[in-house]
Amino acid sequence: MHKKTIPIFVIGVLVLFFEALVRIFKIPMYILPAPSRVVHTLIKELPVLSTHIGITVLEAILGILISLIFALVLGIVMDLFPAVRHGIYPLLVITQTVPMIVLAPIFIIYMGFGIAPKILTVVLMCFFPIAISFSDGLSQVEQDYVHLVRSYGAGWLMSYRLVKIPAALPSLLSGLKVAATYSISGAVVGEWIGAQKGLGYYLLRVKNGYMLDKVFACVLVIIFLSLCMNGMIHLFQRLAMPYVRKSTTN
Amino acid sequence: MKLDIQNICFSYGDKSILENLNFSVESGEFVSILGPSGCGKSTLLKILTGILTPTCGMVSVDCKPALGCSKHFSYMPQNDLLFPWKTILDNVCLYGKIHGTYEETKKEALKNFSAFGLSGYESCYPSSLSGGMRQRAAFLRTALCHADILLLDEPFGALDVITRGEMQDWLLRMRKKLNRTVLLVTHDMDEAIYLSDRILILNTAPNGITGEIKIESSKRDRNWLYEQSDLRQQIYSLIMNPEEMNYDK
Repeated sequence: MHKKTIPIFVIGVLVLFFEALVRIFKIPMYILPAPSRVVHTLIKELPVLSTHIGITVLEAILGILISLIFALVLGIVMDLFPAVRHGIYPLLVITQTVPMIVLAPIFIIYMGFGIAPKILTVVLMCFFPIAISFSDGLSQVEQDYVHLVRSYGAGWLMSYRLVKIPAALPSLLSGLKVAATYSISGAVVGEWIGAQKGLGYYLLRVKNGYMLDKVFACVLVIIFLSLCMNGMIHLFQRLAMPYVRKSTTN
Repeated sequence: MKLDIQNICFSYGDKSILENLNFSVESGEFVSILGPSGCGKSTLLKILTGILTPTCGMVSVDCKPALGCSKHFSYMPQNDLLFPWKTILDNVCLYGKIHGTYEETKKEALKNFSAFGLSGYESCYPSSLSGGMRQRAAFLRTALCHADILLLDEPFGALDVITRGEMQDWLLRMRKKLNRTVLLVTHDMDEAIYLSDRILILNTAPNGITGEIKIESSKRDRNWLYEQSDLRQQIYSLIMNPEEMNYDK
């Protein structure tokens, strides 16, 4: 069996197992809906879900873009000034230890029920993996490359443009892949706490109504969107780093 | 362009690497600096390019201070240091990219690709090139800097014996075409004899340059090189007995 088909096979087996479990033991829908029921509900609910999807995706994309900009700036500043790195690095780690479910209601108090607190939740979840991976990528760049361009007359800005940022790109993209996967969940957490639109709001509503088929249908959408975000970064990586593909094929 | 090195000193912490180093290289001359590991050969080139700052001393080109000036010095390190994310053409045009003359450098690079044995590899990435080709690409990048003096830091040290020999033959042929002053750092005695007009023996501090050998030969080939056993013996004794002869003090 091809290695790419193995996970599809495993997922297929699991789905069949749950389908059989629900049907054999006649498990009620409010405890565990059958996968076939979830898919049926998903198709039926798609028009309603699509409006919520739009909001959640917008929050996730805006959050990840803001995180990326801040992470790029902070990564370069930390690389330029080691003292800043030593001061900020532990702080970044601490931000990750505070549960988001605690922070999200506080953001709503500060920023209201609009999309701003949701974007901030996404930023807090995505910023860390991007900033840390980029900063580590910059610190691991071989100094000989920098010396070479400096000996050719390049200033520090040119050194970053020509050497450091391209060399740190693989690390940055690794962080972005993790962040992209988190971004949808981040937006959903923000919406769960307080919103009028979005998949988090939809989830909370259907969960309170014990409509577990809709809950699972929404979870399927969240998984799909998270994978799409991750796939977009993969696609960008293929476009931005063609040399990796060529060296692999050679 | 004449290169003058006057009283250059350098140390890593308490460890002195270079002490009052003095020598000069005439315009168009090919000079090799030969010495044991740790004697400061590569450090000297890094000082000339401005990567390291000397504790004292002066470097001048045609009697004008030139320390770390990219207009005068073009540096080729031991590893090719080609950027894996750039094509060979973009790699060799690095100097043009830095100084805003990319298009002119590109035209000139394309003219030189066949002479450097890189024809057809313009849009390839470094990972698809052999070790020898990568070194030639790095050499073309160095040559396209239009600096007066090429600083070659063991350029073929990372290659296997056969490829290294081929690259030395190629560099010998390219010497006339390049028409530049070259300062080569190596620990390979045969490489220094084969390529240079003059060899300077550098020993660990405080000895500095302990000898100078001029090589005058109109016909240089591998057979000629194999016959230079006296020269090898002479160089060997200069490296092994630095206290007996002192060139610059």
